[in-house]
Amino acid sequence: MRMLTFANRNTKEILRDPLNLAFGLGFPLVLTVLLSAIQANIPVRLFEIQHLTPGITVFGLSFMTLFSATIISKDRGSSLLQRLYTTPLTPVDFILGYTLPIVPIAVAQCVICYITAVILGLEVTVNILYAVIFIIPVSLLYIALGLLCGSVLNDKQVGGICGALLTNLSAWLSSIWFDLALVGGAFQKIAYALPFVHAVEMERAILAGNFTGIFPHIWWVLGYAIIALVAAVSLFLRQMKKQ
Amino acid sequence: MDAIRMEGLTKTYKDVVAVDNLNLSVCKGELFSLLGVNGAGKTTTIKMLSCLTQPTSGDAFLNGKSICKDTAAVKSIIAVSPQETAVAPGLSVRENLELICGVHGFTKDKRNTKITELTKWLGLEAVIKKKAGKLSGGWQRRLSIAMALISQPEILFLDEPTLGLDVLARSELWGIIHSLKGKVTIILTTHYMEEAEALSDRIAIMKDGKLLICDTPDKIKEAAGTDNFEQAFIHIVKGAAK
Repeated sequence: MRMLTFANRNTKEILRDPLNLAFGLGFPLVLTVLLSAIQANIPVRLFEIQHLTPGITVFGLSFMTLFSATIISKDRGSSLLQRLYTTPLTPVDFILGYTLPIVPIAVAQCVICYITAVILGLEVTVNILYAVIFIIPVSLLYIALGLLCGSVLNDKQVGGICGALLTNLSAWLSSIWFDLALVGGAFQKIAYALPFVHAVEMERAILAGNFTGIFPHIWWVLGYAIIALVAAVSLFLRQMKKQ
Repeated sequence: MDAIRMEGLTKTYKDVVAVDNLNLSVCKGELFSLLGVNGAGKTTTIKMLSCLTQPTSGDAFLNGKSICKDTAAVKSIIAVSPQETAVAPGLSVRENLELICGVHGFTKDKRNTKITELTKWLGLEAVIKKKAGKLSGGWQRRLSIAMALISQPEILFLDEPTLGLDVLARSELWGIIHSLKGKVTIILTTHYMEEAEALSDRIAIMKDGKLLICDTPDKIKEAAGTDNFEQAFIHIVKGAAK
């Protein structure tokens, strides 16, 4: 009950910011429409709607990192967290209260991306439903990265690190816009050592109905999500103690 | 009976002693002020008493509950209004109050009753639907105090509650704080001498983490040999430096 009250407050703070809606929803939709228009004129396999949409749904999650990091860093900066630390809320309430509200927002963003894709010609299959379900562990990874950044950075630094650096990493190292094999070498090795490209390839395999193709990508995603969550929780608790 | 009893309360950060062996008692219903220049240890003392930071040594008991061993019980009887604005900016005034009611586990009926009571008493009705982030500094501070009071705390910590407010807003807040006297035990920190003198039953003056004097405003003036409280404060703090 206490945690839900806190989670409810966080949902309201996120959804009431028009910039969050504009970037979180508008940006992935604009990209889908724009790249589909390019594909219509200059056919590129990467931008075919069944290939593009899973990538866009994963890329859209970088905004979830921004949302979670921003709300935590702002709460820290305004002393609201200090006030709440003196209430009966427990550390578990705080962590769940910051994490859980963003999961349905991430799922809603994914659903809207797929609705747009269907309008643009994506075939309706049950695999879309599976792709939406499997976006949940990926969203936990991105939310945990936000929790981690929000625990150590102030809101201005969050804008730079999560808003610029992470969205770019997530874009360039994920094989959404170009085939990583075209660059190859160290760039490709680094990309495959990070979780972003694995998340995209997992979602592409699910949407294509190639369920054996989700391996080993799902292990990379889950592994990174667990590491990020553990690091985020320990850093959050550390800054809580530092109060 | 004592609402707060500090026993050798000490906090050190590496080589710096922020609070040094503080032994103090505060009676139930008393308005007790902590005064001191910057770095005196006032905020650190409040942070320890409100379980935000652990003492390096010593302990304090709030209505008999230890801040070291029984933090959950302590948190259930206290409320803090921090120095900086501590409101949720995207929520309305009512939603901010609902948030605090919710985290304290109030029922819906109790929540509605308390919000109606408190908004009426603090004059927040006019801004109840406004977003907290859009309010002026004075209104935000008033909301901050309402958020601290709505959980019906037995002990209330007000850390620089009137800092940065204009004369009128400060005078209004003084009225609110004054009306709480006797009902709630209040620990107030402030830089304003006239505020401490006007509101407090007793005042503790601290410097470099040490307690210099603790008494009523009149007795402190008497001890310093002056009838001006600010002069008395300067005399005591400078005297300690020699």
